[in-house]
Amino acid sequence: MNFEEELRSKETASPIIKEIEITASKIEGETRIMEVCGTHTVSLRRSGIHSLLPPGIRLISGPGCPVCVTPSGYIDNALILAEDPGNIVATFGDMLKVPGRKGISLARYSGSGNVKILYSPSELVSLARENPDKQVIFLGIGFETTIPTIAAVFQKAAALKLGNLFLYSAFKTVPQALNILLNDPNRYFDGFLLPGHVSVIIGADAYSFLEEEGGVPAAIAGFEPVDMLRGILSILKMRSTGGLGVENCYPRAVRAGGNLKALNLMDQMLEPSDEVWRALGTLPESGLKLRKEYQRFDAGEVFGLPGITDQDQPGCLCGKVILGKVIPPECSLFGDTCTPDHPVGPCMVSSEGTCAAYLRYGET
Amino acid sequence: MCLAVPMEIVKVLPDNKAVARQGTTEVDIDVSLLENPRAGDYVIIHAGFAIETLDLQEAEERIDLFRQLDEDNARMDSPK
Repeated sequence: MNFEEELRSKETASPIIKEIEITASKIEGETRIMEVCGTHTVSLRRSGIHSLLPPGIRLISGPGCPVCVTPSGYIDNALILAEDPGNIVATFGDMLKVPGRKGISLARYSGSGNVKILYSPSELVSLARENPDKQVIFLGIGFETTIPTIAAVFQKAAALKLGNLFLYSAFKTVPQALNILLNDPNRYFDGFLLPGHVSVIIGADAYSFLEEEGGVPAAIAGFEPVDMLRGILSILKMRSTGGLGVENCYPRAVRAGGNLKALNLMDQMLEPSDEVWRALGTLPESGLKLRKEYQRFDAGEVFGLPGITDQDQPGCLCGKVILGKVIPPECSLFGDTCTPDHPVGPCMVSSEGTCAAYLRYGET
Repeated sequence: MCLAVPMEIVKVLPDNKAVARQGTTEVDIDVSLLENPRAGDYVIIHAGFAIETLDLQEAEERIDLFRQLDEDNARMDSPK
């Protein structure tokens, strides 16, 4: 695919960078652009885009890493599930090293057979069938990109009448998070770089509220360097004229209405739920949970798990890092007590966490 | 975690499965979230699922626009 190479090439990027410089020079003061996607956080740092931008443009990493926004109490409950030898807790690898409130993570059970790392939720059906004497519980973490893939598996599990497969969900939805950030009385950003793959599912129209009074300029961007630069340019252009809008800068993948098949599936199986976010607390209707008809798959209900609380490890600033209110080097634990091998908080665990990205790629 | 990669579908299989390829790598994917998956389609794959079909024409047109921007800048930079 030639276009991918083009979207990474210096030749394609140069005119956009030049246009960014011209546009930025017309704007008084700083422009702070928040990315709300962990994959953007990593891609921006890996491609060195921070260092290519003129002074006056600052990129801030917001709450876009699903593992990072999952509260410690959820990990504690996952540990309760993993302690039972009758259970297999299946999870994406990113969750393995995230510590709960007591500093213990699921990694404690690595090799015990109680914890299984999956590449795809599609492996769940065979895992459950191969272990008929075990209860297989999937840790459903993620935003709208991941949610329909898990919903598809549980729809199949329902059709197959699988009795030993369960979902412990902590699904989060992006528009509600954006709304909370917008309502912060001390707003500390001027635009949103919107998540490309979440947008593939929910569609560009899902962000229309950003175009109303109180909104900010926003652009949906893909993940190649030129995609992200184009998104930044779009936000700057709107800001230079004082306009509001949501530009779809990833139209090869994102449609106005999103992926209707995925949206219908999500609507059929899931309903809005109040969710606890690390650092943000309980936000009304900020996530999705299984509908009543599918409650027999709901691990929280079936296993009678306690309610979820949120508490960072002492000294850990993940809560503020997630919101983009501090940068990782401002945390006294960063790179010293807290490293990818011995993480204290989730922002250092997940490959998409802001702290891990800073440590790996540096500040620029 | 929202990482997704573009691949080409090389074969559609029964039960919402397909084989996709990037370079010399072939993987089994789930296409249950697509309306009408066909061999030859470029799709974005996340966690083993194709989540959308890529519009390649749109991608090419956009790159042409970027090239145009480059030419416009060159014209503006040239001595008058």
